[in-house]
Amino acid sequence: MTHKLCGAAGGVSLSDDEIAANFGDLHKPLSQLQAMQAADHCIYCYDAPCITACPTSIDIPTFIHQIRTRNTEGAAKTILSQNIMGGTCARACPTEVLCEQACVRNHGDEEPVEIGLLQRFAVDHLMAKGGEHPFKRAPESGKRIAVVGAGPAGLSCAHRAAMLGHNVTVFEAKPKSGGLNEYGLAAYKMVDDFAQREVDFLMGVGGIEIKHGQALGKDISLRELRDTYGAVFLGVGLGDTNKLGLDGEDKGGVLDAIQFIEDLRQESNKAHMKVGKHVVVIGGGNTAIDAAVQSRALGAEKVTLVYRRGEEAMSATGFEIELARTNGVTVELWAQPVAIHGNGHVASMVFERTAMDEKNGTLVGTGETFEVRTDMVLKAIGQKLDGSALDGLDLAAGKVSVLDGYATSLTGVFAGGDCVKSGEDLTVQAVEDGKQAAHAIDEFLKV
Amino acid sequence: MADLSCKIAGIDSINPFWLASAPPTDKYYNVVRAFEAGWGGVVWKTLGEDPPVVNVSSRYGVHQDADRGIIGINNIELISDRPLDVNLREIEQTRKEWPDRVIIGSMMAPIDEQAWKELAIKIANSGVHGIELNLGCPHGMCERGMGSAIGQVPEMVEQTTRWIREAVDLPVFTKLTPNITNILWSAEAAKKGGAHAVSLINTVNSIVSVDLDAMSPTPVVDGKGSHGGYCGAAVKPIALNMVAEIARSADTQGLEISAIGGIENWRDAAEFIALGANGLQVCTAAMLYGFRIVDDMIAGLSNFMDEKGYKTLEDFRGKAVENTVDWNALNMNFDTKAFIDPDKCIECGRCHIACEDTSHQAIEYAVKEDGRRSFTVVDEDCVGCNLCAMICPVPDCIEMRPVDNGKPYMTWPEHPLNPMKAAE
Ligand SMILES: Cc1cc2nc3c(=O)[nH]c(=O)nc-3n(C[C@H](O)[C@H](O)[C@H](O)COP(=O)(O)OP(=O)(O)OC[C@H]3O[C@@H](n4cnc5c(N)ncnc54)[C@H](O)[C@@H]3O)c2cc1C
Ligand SMILES: Cc1cc2nc3c(=O)[nH]c(=O)nc-3n(C[C@H](O)[C@H](O)[C@H](O)COP(=O)(O)O)c2cc1C
Ligand code: SF4
Repeated sequence: MTHKLCGAAGGVSLSDDEIAANFGDLHKPLSQLQAMQAADHCIYCYDAPCITACPTSIDIPTFIHQIRTRNTEGAAKTILSQNIMGGTCARACPTEVLCEQACVRNHGDEEPVEIGLLQRFAVDHLMAKGGEHPFKRAPESGKRIAVVGAGPAGLSCAHRAAMLGHNVTVFEAKPKSGGLNEYGLAAYKMVDDFAQREVDFLMGVGGIEIKHGQALGKDISLRELRDTYGAVFLGVGLGDTNKLGLDGEDKGGVLDAIQFIEDLRQESNKAHMKVGKHVVVIGGGNTAIDAAVQSRALGAEKVTLVYRRGEEAMSATGFEIELARTNGVTVELWAQPVAIHGNGHVASMVFERTAMDEKNGTLVGTGETFEVRTDMVLKAIGQKLDGSALDGLDLAAGKVSVLDGYATSLTGVFAGGDCVKSGEDLTVQAVEDGKQAAHAIDEFLKV
Repeated sequence: MADLSCKIAGIDSINPFWLASAPPTDKYYNVVRAFEAGWGGVVWKTLGEDPPVVNVSSRYGVHQDADRGIIGINNIELISDRPLDVNLREIEQTRKEWPDRVIIGSMMAPIDEQAWKELAIKIANSGVHGIELNLGCPHGMCERGMGSAIGQVPEMVEQTTRWIREAVDLPVFTKLTPNITNILWSAEAAKKGGAHAVSLINTVNSIVSVDLDAMSPTPVVDGKGSHGGYCGAAVKPIALNMVAEIARSADTQGLEISAIGGIENWRDAAEFIALGANGLQVCTAAMLYGFRIVDDMIAGLSNFMDEKGYKTLEDFRGKAVENTVDWNALNMNFDTKAFIDPDKCIECGRCHIACEDTSHQAIEYAVKEDGRRSFTVVDEDCVGCNLCAMICPVPDCIEMRPVDNGKPYMTWPEHPLNPMKAAE
């Protein structure tokens, strides 16, 4: 059951209402009845494989059992005790390669339990109910921690550290908290301002202060933070993007997909967003898919996603690729960009066919080219660490190096999330990193 | 197609499926709909002396599983709350319009000979095929000295049964309450009183749930609740045992059985017949799904019989009775072991944790090199309890395999470890 958008075609553009509808929930939330049925499909496995498959190790069989006994609030607490952003993860996790892929129901050629939707059911229930924050803080430790970046890694670290009794100050460059939850995830995954609602919920624990407009390397320095705070956690994500390295990359209409998505997320009336008529998206990851599908949702008539290798090499999950195809995105494989044409504004792009060189396993251009007319190009060829503010930190393979326990090469400085190499670059991994780093910091502060 | 006709207490019925005395048989309208749907007979909702009883509002309680599936229901309704005459006229009319269907008149009265006899004669005159004595209602009526208040005292069971035998020349069914310590005492009493058949079970005394907001048992009647009669799927095991006890006791030989209690489908029906039932009665299943369920009961039972080569109900009636024995007659040398089919196993681990925590630590759990999990029975430790096979979510994945150990049939009284035997 894949989300089907209203598509624009034949020169007819979408109405404002159609665009708004396209940005409704990707997956409809479960009703109580649907939740009971979905929960009933869970076998309540012992030492369940889904728990291992979840980067934050949520006790999935237990929370589903709690939904069955109508202890929905207890279910939410089971989830949130391991993953304070269980709400976002329920919406954004690629469950088809995480928990749901490990569900034993798959062995019986059955559909896996809808773990993501059940998780959302429970967490939404608790958040809608409001009232007291579900977790209590340990007695004040008197220790102060600085967190840089209010994304999932930073906020998860802040929440856990606050629970452990510490006082946390979060420094965030942007005007809003949430990191890519607020600025990056596809809009139809995070409807109704969920990112901000979740931040408010998380802050309910107390002991956390967020300072916006505070960029490390500009407004504050690492040295200052190390001097003032008992420990520092860096959750700065990947602030820079890769370039195509082609002439004409600065032409009008050629944008970073990340920037396009950020603008889209911040636009409250999506119909005000400008989108091309023929959009070309370059890349093979989930960012490329999100940029392509959301372009269609805005009313782009033709969207072509170009990736230089085969489908199996794409880092986007099968579900995401399917979502793109269902929504009319043309996926063009084995082609790489070679030229951008246009007079001030992009008018077309030239691609060269690629192939695998069987002998040494490298990708080579075949010399054969084709041209695609386009008025908007979205580059989604990867993000990278912006190392400018990270003086004195050891980096490796373009990321901050960390030891076991998320300690960096500088004493008292810890890091997690996309800016380190832990697991995949996913929200759920960032949350786990932040949580584990908070425990490591707690140990560090004890000595 | 197998012949489903049956005879009980001398009454011929086109099939063994009757509706038990309860709301489904409360009036002409329901009963006609039931006959149209294919039910072979009905036991009319219990009749009492005028003036009719008055019921409360909020009458049924439910015992549900997590998916709203109904395990059982209970009720605090009394007997028919319509004037006797209205009921009797409707019975007469239905009898005329449906000559091939059975109508039994159910009745109860205070413990007074004249009251029982007069009411029985009035009911007999309406043309019923037989009379059923309701000695089981476990709520309300018993507080007035009727229903289970009579059914729980064997002497009164015998007495009321005899009064009806003396009063009318019709087959008499004595309906028993399960709210007693030994069903044989009331069954024997009914037999002594001259009953042609016993009907069992009536409902089981119960509180199905407590409303935790109202802090009252359900059904809640203006903030308070009372115990009520439990029925439906949950009571089938209790009913099966009581039917079997009567069927295999020497003292109740010849007493016919109209089996009631949790019959929802053809399989339940076949089980009761295998344990000796001559006829069947259904209430809750009809209340939950409507009269149409009789279709599957008829078709399913007849398929089953065709498959097994049974031409009539008599061909398999009571076939399981001889295999229903006391524990002391079981073979102590029989050995069965669980076997988990690795091809069917989906690796949920439920069998492992059940056996590990609560049984005999006989299922080994290992994670293989490829990350897949394996669950294997250790034969030496398995006692053959069946727990793992019962909870396994995959059909036929865990099989209980009898071990061919070559040992003779040996009962506990013959067993060398039996201290009584050693004392001999
Ligand atoms: C378009 C897109 C779609 C995605 N979709 C999914 C998805 O569907 N599911 C999924 O699981 N993952 C998805 N991801 C990945 C996921 O968003 C990231 O893995 C996750 O957000 C990483 O969290 P983080 O806290 O490490 O970094 P971020 O979320 O990037 O947060 C870093 C924060 O640090 C701040 N910051 C950066 N530099 C500084 C500085 N110098 N000073 C102060 N503050 C600074 C930033 O403003 C930001 O708020 C997606 C990513 C992108 C780009
Ligand atoms: C609402 C209700 C009312 C009942 N009323 C009577 C009654 O008036 N007389 C009677 O003999 N049994 C009465 N019973 C008991 C049923 O006839 C039957 O014995 C019992 O429900 C068990 O069968 P079942 O599991 O098929 O429902 C009643 C049961 C229910 C649910
Ligand atoms: S039959 Fe009982 S003892 Fe044997 S393996 Fe299964 S649960 Fe364990």
